[in-house]
Amino acid sequence: MTSINEVALKPLLVEKRYFTFAQAPDEMVLDCGSRLGPITLAYETLGELNADRTNAILILHAFSGDSHVAGYLHEGDERPGWWDNMVGPGKPIDTNRYFVICSNILGGCAGSTGPSSINPETGKPYGLAFPMVTIKDMVHAQKHLIEHLGITKLMSLIGGSVGGMQVLRWCADYPEMVISAIPLATTTRHSAQAIAFNEVARQAIMADPDWNNGDYYDGQGPTHGLAVARMIGHVTYLSDEAMREKFGRRLHRSALSFDFTGDFQVESYLHHQGQKFVTRFDANALLFITKAADYFDLERGGHNLLINEALAEVSFLVISFTSDWLYPTYQSRGIVSALKKNGSDVSFCEIEAQCGHDAFLIPNKRLDGLISGFLDRVYHEHCL
Amino acid sequence: MSTVYNQELGTMRFDLQVIASWIEPGARVLDLGCGNGDLLEYLKKHKQVNGTGIEFSEEKVARCIERGLTVLQGDFRKEVCDYPEGRFDVVVLSQTLQQIRDPKELLIDLLWIGKRVIVSFPNFAHWSARLQILCTGMAPITDQLPYEWYNTPNIRVISIKDFKKFLRILGVRTVKEVAINTHHHDYKGNIVKYLRNLRATYGIMMLERMQ
Repeated sequence: MTSINEVALKPLLVEKRYFTFAQAPDEMVLDCGSRLGPITLAYETLGELNADRTNAILILHAFSGDSHVAGYLHEGDERPGWWDNMVGPGKPIDTNRYFVICSNILGGCAGSTGPSSINPETGKPYGLAFPMVTIKDMVHAQKHLIEHLGITKLMSLIGGSVGGMQVLRWCADYPEMVISAIPLATTTRHSAQAIAFNEVARQAIMADPDWNNGDYYDGQGPTHGLAVARMIGHVTYLSDEAMREKFGRRLHRSALSFDFTGDFQVESYLHHQGQKFVTRFDANALLFITKAADYFDLERGGHNLLINEALAEVSFLVISFTSDWLYPTYQSRGIVSALKKNGSDVSFCEIEAQCGHDAFLIPNKRLDGLISGFLDRVYHEHCL
Repeated sequence: MSTVYNQELGTMRFDLQVIASWIEPGARVLDLGCGNGDLLEYLKKHKQVNGTGIEFSEEKVARCIERGLTVLQGDFRKEVCDYPEGRFDVVVLSQTLQQIRDPKELLIDLLWIGKRVIVSFPNFAHWSARLQILCTGMAPITDQLPYEWYNTPNIRVISIKDFKKFLRILGVRTVKEVAINTHHHDYKGNIVKYLRNLRATYGIMMLERMQ
């Protein structure tokens, strides 16, 4: 017999799976009008789908995330998934009760079809020949996966940032499949400021000679440009207060160097984040995904797609963070304001947090309590 | 003092007990300034009410959502403006009217989003307040109005009589009304039938628009 301690210590193992669809001649028609196929989505699941198939939760990852939301991929794996503090047995998104699904987005570079995938027409990586996919296309692809898993209604959709955009897009496009939704630290449309930072990140990549118009897969690629793009990203994920607390003007060496190798801790932090990123992320994927985020706009043409009678029966928990200046609270309030017009059941909380946009990924008791309390209610009202 | 994690009638503030008894089972209710959600929790459990609360404090909002209630964090004066006409059967405004800058406009907004509005407010004309002004010549301090003039959140001085005059001017119909006298920090009380404006600590009224 295994003791309780042994069970608790045993790492939660998950398996990365792949689902391929949209084979020729049934390619998926994209927002931009192009056709794309075949499409593969990498995904992972945790927990068990119940007999009625009513306990499924789809988690949508943010721009640089992947399908590995929680647990470990193999024995001895030292890095758990990106939201391991939130998802797992006994955790706020409790996999003893819920069936959790997370897939890598279309256009990504962690197992799903994206610009680094092989173009069946040329036998070489797509590069810039990859069509411009949008958040709508990402969600459309996820819908194929959900149907493939035999699920007709999702108990909840949860995601922050670009993941939150996917949550909202799901609600706009497939309201009949949604019971509840938790958009975190997100927006219905990028502000000029958010587009501006994305454009600087893209230019950093495209200005790197090793980018070579996106055709770099036989070499090391634009590592410098990609690292700079990531550094810019990290600035937008923090806040003035968080940076002051974390680094201040502290040096990472004993005295000023009087050269350009970097003296301050904040510089070495950004260099480190940039270097780490180039080992796991594809530069073209960054170009495509940031563009999809910039194009995302649920209020195009003056009509807000969240104002929709079909959403009257959907329950929402909208959450923002006080120091998030990339997706400030007024943007979450805009989401709430639109949903209230439908008569939808909407809860909203602005969490006091000093770590900026990153706050939604950092362990936080308040966030845990909000998500678990909300899911518990939805589960008892709809799934029993 | 507010109670947390209980939803039995006797442990709610007395004016909320009266308000709860007025609400029909299954009604759609909006509770403005819902605090820890005691009223909403009670209504949900005992009357299968579909309730929403609006509350300013992050801490209280979080507590409400954790206990499975639907609550929005924000300034309810702004939040009420998004709802469509007749979204709620009942809107509850308990012990807050005296803190509102534009009570007339608020009441009009509430009667737009709610078919009925229940208002409870402290009666500034209670005999103990009258006696204090008369005898001491100073602003009264009572159990229901425990503040000094310089720290009170109560910027509107209302009596039951004043409020009824206000309703006549506004052209709002009173569906139900009751005056209560409370004790034990407002958790117990009784209905006052005679000399209400003198003897009651709170007035509670259910209002609706004139047809």
